[in-house]
Amino acid sequence: MFSDLPILPILVAIPILGALFLAVMSRLTRADGYEQMERNAPRTALLVSLIVLILSIVLVFDFDASNPAMQFEDQAAWLGGGIDFRMGVDGISVLFILLTAFLPPLCILASQVSVKERLTDYMIAFLILEALMIGVFCALDLILFYIFFEAVLIPMFIIIGVWGGKDRVYASYKFFLYTLLGSVLMLAAILYLYAQSGVQFGEATTDMVKLRELDISSNIQAWLWLAFFASFAVKMPMWPVHTWLPDAHVQAPTAGSVILAGILLKLGGYGFLRFSLPYFPDASLAFAPIVFLLSVIAIIYTSLVAYRQNDMKKLIAYSSVAHMGFVTMGIFTFNLQGIQGGLFQMISHGLVSGALFFCVGVVYDRMHTREIAFYGGLVKRMPIFAGFFLLFTMANVGLPGTSGFVGEILTMIGAYQVNPWVAAGAALGMILSAMYALHLYRETVFGEQVNEKLDAITDVTGREALILGLLAIFTILLGVYPALVTDITEPAVAQLIADFNADLSVAPTLSEAR
Amino acid sequence: MFQAISLMAPELLLATQTIFVVLVTLLVKDEKQADVMRVVAIIMLVIFALIGFLLGRPQGLAFNGMLRVDDFGHYAKLIIGLGAALALIFTRPYFKAEGLDRFEFSVLMLYAVLGMSIMVSANNLLALYIGLELQTLALYIMAAFNRDSLRASEAGLKYFVLGAISSGLLLYGASLIYGFTGHLDFDGIATVIADDGMSVPIIGGMVFMVCGLAFKISAAPFHMWTPDVYEGSPTPVTGFFASAPKFAAMALIARVLFGPLEGAFDQWQQVIASIAIISMFVGAVGALSQTNIKRLMAYSSIANMGYALVPLAAGTAFGLQGMLIFMTIYVITSIGVFSAILQMRIRNGMVEQISDLSGLAKTNRGMAIVMTVFMFSLMGIPPLFGFFGKVFAFLPAIQADLWWLVVAALIASVIGAFYYLRVIKTMWFDEPTVEFIDAPASLRYITTGVALILGLLVFFGVFTLPLRDLLESASLALTS
Repeated sequence: MFSDLPILPILVAIPILGALFLAVMSRLTRADGYEQMERNAPRTALLVSLIVLILSIVLVFDFDASNPAMQFEDQAAWLGGGIDFRMGVDGISVLFILLTAFLPPLCILASQVSVKERLTDYMIAFLILEALMIGVFCALDLILFYIFFEAVLIPMFIIIGVWGGKDRVYASYKFFLYTLLGSVLMLAAILYLYAQSGVQFGEATTDMVKLRELDISSNIQAWLWLAFFASFAVKMPMWPVHTWLPDAHVQAPTAGSVILAGILLKLGGYGFLRFSLPYFPDASLAFAPIVFLLSVIAIIYTSLVAYRQNDMKKLIAYSSVAHMGFVTMGIFTFNLQGIQGGLFQMISHGLVSGALFFCVGVVYDRMHTREIAFYGGLVKRMPIFAGFFLLFTMANVGLPGTSGFVGEILTMIGAYQVNPWVAAGAALGMILSAMYALHLYRETVFGEQVNEKLDAITDVTGREALILGLLAIFTILLGVYPALVTDITEPAVAQLIADFNADLSVAPTLSEAR
Repeated sequence: MFQAISLMAPELLLATQTIFVVLVTLLVKDEKQADVMRVVAIIMLVIFALIGFLLGRPQGLAFNGMLRVDDFGHYAKLIIGLGAALALIFTRPYFKAEGLDRFEFSVLMLYAVLGMSIMVSANNLLALYIGLELQTLALYIMAAFNRDSLRASEAGLKYFVLGAISSGLLLYGASLIYGFTGHLDFDGIATVIADDGMSVPIIGGMVFMVCGLAFKISAAPFHMWTPDVYEGSPTPVTGFFASAPKFAAMALIARVLFGPLEGAFDQWQQVIASIAIISMFVGAVGALSQTNIKRLMAYSSIANMGYALVPLAAGTAFGLQGMLIFMTIYVITSIGVFSAILQMRIRNGMVEQISDLSGLAKTNRGMAIVMTVFMFSLMGIPPLFGFFGKVFAFLPAIQADLWWLVVAALIASVIGAFYYLRVIKTMWFDEPTVEFIDAPASLRYITTGVALILGLLVFFGVFTLPLRDLLESASLALTS
């Protein structure tokens, strides 16, 4: 249906236009119209993000899942010198676009009541953020990719800093500088690839697809791989560079946390699949044991750390690090199950951790504290909330029937083929995840209600029920019918693995070799 | 005949203009002198910027081979002329408010630009020195233009004393080179070096010259004067210092390194690379503890000069082009930042402290957004234009296998990000403390225009426009 329309640039442009519209409107609004502006801004933003959502649903339906190549490609001259505007999607990125389009409407709905000041600015920042994140997944030009990848920092910095909690300044700085340090190293590697393409192809280019044909010696691959790794590992985040995440999560407003956990963390995993594996197969293979080690440490260590948290958001933040450990582990198995599992885990984690942050937001909006000890016995006051929270907690643990299970089991199957010990470590992490997640649930929802302040707490409103309900539907749907995701991703992943094995300059049968 | 005049046109225009301006002031009433002269000077500067292009970009030697007229010079004069014209525009409200509005300032500006014009097209060691001194003498006076202010006088004096030392270094280096090659003109020096190779005295001369020039662009370790001069000078003058003179000095360095000293590439590459590294780290670390926004911009300029030297160290035509792109963007950004600072007046004077900006996002949102754009652009965060400046500056260095230099520059830029972030944090996260008076419209146009350029230029293929060809032929003019 959209084969001749540039749907991807449109997807990026719509939220930007929406943000510009809001900016212009708020500039034109006089002081007495301020309240009206604040009331209307979320509605406009919601409308814009719904349009994006509808278009991206159409995109996914139009997407030819059997074709592993790039689709909906658009190209236009841009900076010159081989740096052109290129966009396209394949099976790996198309679902991320859907996820990116799915979460913002929910966030806007939630923020409409939970954000109290400068709502218009908030919506502008949010729409820009949405556009940039979609852009990351659409970009097929390295420079364009980097622009989106890095520009995400600007609105996120502002969102954490302006609407965040008590220590927002510290958290926003830490978030910004950590991720910037990671990504500038990637920039150096990108420039090297660009320069190298000029030498090898005769004409320099930053076409992401074409750069896969570059022939780079294993030695240099290792350095470039490390440069890209620095960026993606911080974004993921992997242990030991994860420390910005708990701070950022705790201080960010609810919707900010949802986007951070739901989408921004996925940029790292997406980057591994897009760049590290296809560009540097030898280095990826060589560094895989280190990635496994870091992943397993992340899974076990952060699970233990999560158990000891007093702050609900911090606990979920650490559990995010642990779940991202499964993703990196899955990706670096280089087999179909592992990578499919990693992808699935990312999508599932986007829904589940997003939902958990919404749940925390629900009680935080009522009681203005996230301290676990403050709560207890919520099930009596908020039965519907308790139900939702239970579902998402179980999905977080990886209970069969929820989406969390599929990703974890697939990555573990993948890891088992490569190294049983890695899989065993990850399995231990699953047990630990049950420990902290159930601990959180028991302490807050079950038990005696000792705190009298909780007498006044009310159950979820219709708006909150809608948000959590939508997320719940998809969590269960993907849990019982994972083929919805895997069918779309499989051809592209299979192609990725085939290319990976073909490009290896060392013995390709890695799973047997180990 | 016409050919000869068209080659000399920019310099002749300014030289006659400076005399003309002084004479005409006798005919204008006292209170109108400053305004009339400013308008005349602005028009002249714009004509100066464009005259090379209006005459069809003539190429050749002028003034008996003292000056080389080529596309590099045309491009540099374009940026210098327009930068100086904008700087003159934004002096007006400030000087009016401070009671400093004298016509001499416009004359000094014309002299400074004349000096820069000679610098960027110098083809002879003497022309180089004359141009440089003409420019800096005018700048010394401009720094101390507020003669009743202790800080401004101190700034002017400090600039003068340290500037004189650096000129001495430069002159000593030039005399060494002259003594051991027997030539003053660049082509002759280049031929001698190409034929006989480098000798120790010539290397010494080269090092002295580079040191003297590094002082002019405020590259570390010759940066000591910068924070004090930036802080002490009247703000519009500081804004001017950060734009056109920086570009001119950078162009002069390129001319010297790629012209007479081309054969000494192996030697000066190390010097330039180490100055670059020292500058960017001194700039980045030094700015961390600054509370005065002008001092902050001083350290920021030190760091940025370090980045601008990175592509030069590559020693290629592409590197030269990268330096020109980076410097152009830097000049545009500086003008934007300083006209933004000039706009923010509080009841009893100008904003100088970063903390005065607190809560700007609430009290003056347009201003805060514009300033945020500048800061992120200086930080080099895409999609703002500063990012492309860095890409085009670092790419040539990567191509020349100077990856360690690029990695150092990128790490320095992360350290630098911290202090730019602090400005943004103060504007967006903090509560308002002071109220600002409405700013004059001319400044608002400049800041908004610059912010739009930096923010939106990305969406158009700017480098595919004729500008790209110009940049290319400008860089080829020096290297081939």
